[in-house]
Amino acid sequence: MRAEKLTMMANQIAAFFKAQGEAAAPAAIADHLKKFWDPGMRADIIAHLDKGGDGLDPLTRAGVERLRAR
Amino acid sequence: MSLVREDDLGTPASTAEQLVRLTIDGHEVCVPAGTSIMRAAREAGIGVPKLCATDSVKAFGSCRLCLVEVEGRNGTPASCTTPVASGMRVKTQTPLLKDLRRGVMELYISDHPLDCLTCAANGDCELQDMAGAVGLRDVRYGYAGENHLVQQKDESNPYFTFDPAKCIVCSRCVRACEETQGTFALTIDGRGFASHVSAGMAEDFLDSECVSCGACVQACPTATLSEKSVIEIGVPEHSVVTTCAYCGVGCSFKAEMRGEELVRMVPFKDGKANHGHSCVKGRFAWGYATHKERVLEPMIRARIDEPWRKVSWDEALAYAASEFKRIQAKYGRLAVGGVTSSRCTNEETFLVQKLVRAAFGNNNVDTCARVCHSPTGYGLKTTFGTSAGTQDFDSVDHSDIIVVIGANPTDGHPVFASRMKKRLREGAKLIVIDPRRIDLVRTPHVEAAYHLPLKPGTNVAVLTALAHVIVTEGLVNDAFVRERCESDAFSGWADFVALPQNSPEAVEKVTGVPAASIRGAARLYATGGNGAIYYGLGVTEHSQGTTAVMAIANLAMATGNIGRPGVGVNPLRGQNNVQGACDMGSFPHELSGYRHISEEPARAMFEALWRVPLDHEPGLRIPNMLDAAIEGRFKGIYIQGEDILQSDPNTKHVAAAFAAMECVVVHDLFLTETANYAHVFLPGSTFLEKNGTFTNAERRIQLVRKVMSPRNGYEDWEITQKLAQAMGFAMSYSHPREIMDEIARLTPTFAGVSFEKLSALGSIQWPCNNQAPVGTPVMHIDGFVRGKGRFMITEYVATEEKVGPRFPLLLTTGRILSQYNIGIQTRRTANVVWHAQDVLEIHPHDAEERGIKDGDLVKLASREGETSLRAIVTDRVAPGVVYTTFHHPGTQTNVVTTEFSDWATNCPEYKVTAVQVSPSNGPSDWQQDYAAMAARSRRVAEPVAGE
Repeated sequence: MRAEKLTMMANQIAAFFKAQGEAAAPAAIADHLKKFWDPGMRADIIAHLDKGGDGLDPLTRAGVERLRAR
Repeated sequence: MSLVREDDLGTPASTAEQLVRLTIDGHEVCVPAGTSIMRAAREAGIGVPKLCATDSVKAFGSCRLCLVEVEGRNGTPASCTTPVASGMRVKTQTPLLKDLRRGVMELYISDHPLDCLTCAANGDCELQDMAGAVGLRDVRYGYAGENHLVQQKDESNPYFTFDPAKCIVCSRCVRACEETQGTFALTIDGRGFASHVSAGMAEDFLDSECVSCGACVQACPTATLSEKSVIEIGVPEHSVVTTCAYCGVGCSFKAEMRGEELVRMVPFKDGKANHGHSCVKGRFAWGYATHKERVLEPMIRARIDEPWRKVSWDEALAYAASEFKRIQAKYGRLAVGGVTSSRCTNEETFLVQKLVRAAFGNNNVDTCARVCHSPTGYGLKTTFGTSAGTQDFDSVDHSDIIVVIGANPTDGHPVFASRMKKRLREGAKLIVIDPRRIDLVRTPHVEAAYHLPLKPGTNVAVLTALAHVIVTEGLVNDAFVRERCESDAFSGWADFVALPQNSPEAVEKVTGVPAASIRGAARLYATGGNGAIYYGLGVTEHSQGTTAVMAIANLAMATGNIGRPGVGVNPLRGQNNVQGACDMGSFPHELSGYRHISEEPARAMFEALWRVPLDHEPGLRIPNMLDAAIEGRFKGIYIQGEDILQSDPNTKHVAAAFAAMECVVVHDLFLTETANYAHVFLPGSTFLEKNGTFTNAERRIQLVRKVMSPRNGYEDWEITQKLAQAMGFAMSYSHPREIMDEIARLTPTFAGVSFEKLSALGSIQWPCNNQAPVGTPVMHIDGFVRGKGRFMITEYVATEEKVGPRFPLLLTTGRILSQYNIGIQTRRTANVVWHAQDVLEIHPHDAEERGIKDGDLVKLASREGETSLRAIVTDRVAPGVVYTTFHHPGTQTNVVTTEFSDWATNCPEYKVTAVQVSPSNGPSDWQQDYAAMAARSRRVAEPVAGE
């Protein structure tokens, strides 16, 4: 799926979970992506991260990294 | 079969707890204090003649037919207006009363047409019945005196006539309009003999404020107000109680029939959602079922630029199945999916998701709730533990403060709006949070205490500012929070909302709402007694839709407005079965009962019963399916009862997605806009032609009963079953009750639900199980479903959709009373007389700046597309905001809306689109191109000679 769109969607998710603090937010972001994004979308955002993750906010990046590590 | 006739007890029930004993015609009777003699008698099986009384409106005492004698009292009081008293001894039949009643009837009949044999109400006329009841044999006054017999009929309304010659001026219609509907469109004009019913300011019904709810027709005891369908067809001979297929109120109706012909839909008095009331859609707009454009034969085509070819059911289903199999073989298991509809029954919806999960072998199933209330599911599950509203509709009778956020109940949920207005007339206070001045803000005998006309997209800022006031001014219900909510989450939330940046003063610039209004509204909600919040798509259809739902839940928890009648958080569901479609496991990540597909114990139950392994990963949501199609990864879709092309945002994007698919199967009543891109068309059945259940906005499960044979040959659940069979997956239900039995076996909240119990109880509000065998009207009474309520931090994040020099206005969309959703049903009824086209509301200042006058054709353009439509210049919208509906494909309003969506659920942000409006000379290029494409796509090949 278009990296630009997924990046925007992931950044939106991160903006919500930001309130949970920098320690807890990455896991919450990863949980959300795991529960609500289909495997193809998750693979695409991880692939985008692997290519440098252009446009991913720092917290989003941390969340996707956490997702990739699972 | 016979007509279902509810007993009319004459006057409304008394709610007093104290009981009173009296004697009526020698029978001892015991009734609540405040009951009328008429009702007490009727409850004891003693009918007192009456004309002006009916139990849906307060007693009036004008017809003087219900007179009785009371021992020890002078005169002959009207039994409708005289309350019972302890020890009272009443006689309803005496020689004196007979003479009086006969005299009254003589006067009525002396000024009434004697055309009973040719009257449409012959056999269904209370005046006729009363003439018999009082033994009227002649009229001493003759018929030559002054009368009203030559007065002209008002036939302006498309659904009913008003014949003043037959009017007895009992005021039942006037009182129904006031008390039941709350519109106050009717009055008795003139005095004495000149008294007459008048619509508006002596206007035709069609030109008056009348909203055609039918309450007056229902209340009329004569043929004065008659359904045109009864005049044309004749009085019905049997009826079947069923559930309306329009909005989420879920009104019960009696479908009154002659054979298999529907004569009229009459609101069912025992319906627990509507209590005998209706709106113009449910009451009258059912003609689409027999509309000439309905498609009744299956059709297929290899490419969408080919004409349709009519085929047998077997051929159509075999073709669809072979295409899905081919696509999966070529592109992989995940390349197909399905969409369920909130317009279909629970059983149909359950089968579609079963087809996708079990026969397609993936979880690419979604529902149109995706684009309306999916944030409600996420938000309320997170905070309360379950994805549903907390109350029943009757709860509003106990509310002191009613908060309406992003909803327009008088248009979207009119029958419940009437209940709400009644409570407001009784003194409850109203807070409206909406960019538009919706009708509720100021309507007869109702005026909002606060209207917060916020800028579209700033719900979260306003809701958090309300919380700021509640926390910082010490208005939190500490006892409730301490006992019922997670303390750490509350503390973190309270600290957050108390921050200066969340104060009303700080957010005023962003929201456009005066800080004083937010402070006043917050204080009123927190301290005014029972506070109930009702919200709609103006909350959910935003990039922060889920956050706003959580913010609403926070407010209710902070003030202790949860867990009893009169309070709560109540999503007003747009379509009839939004709640049910969500309950039935239509979302790609959830099985029925909101259990995540990854939960092993839940999934194992389904796998064991269905005898097939299920994918444990979530599937694609509708917007994701469309994106994947454009990328070439999603190639086939089965869509039951949903017109995605017209209803989903950014029409060009949706069209491109469908054009990229190789097999689009549309299962619907008409050739929808989506069907223009379809390869298989499976004709659907209407709600009149099938059995099943709908679940309304108050979690009330109600039976839908078949009143006529499906004109297309099959009920919709049968068609899905046949498609599953064609795919090689065994389904062998013989009736939807068996599907409900399976739902009950697999879904804890439905464990106690069955067709038999629904038939016995009339309806059931889930959860219905061993703990709540007859259902649950109010949720979270002793504790939240999740245990402790969870406060969530709701930081305002501005939408990515920004106004600027090119697109300086904000468009927000919604709907109107007479039309429903994308209009596929209501556009094929006479409801088009009220709304024949989508129009754009624009503020006078914005119109003047652009040289736009009322009625002008204007171009509405956004970054995504443009369309042309007529303008209405009105200050209902604030400067900088424009509003329109999405009922008509000719406008295709969603060609301008964007793909921005809610962060949690991908619910589209329909409510915020940056646009420009300018004068126009005609339809946009898109409109012209689309109209041509649609015309080409709807061609049906003529059968070849000899075939």
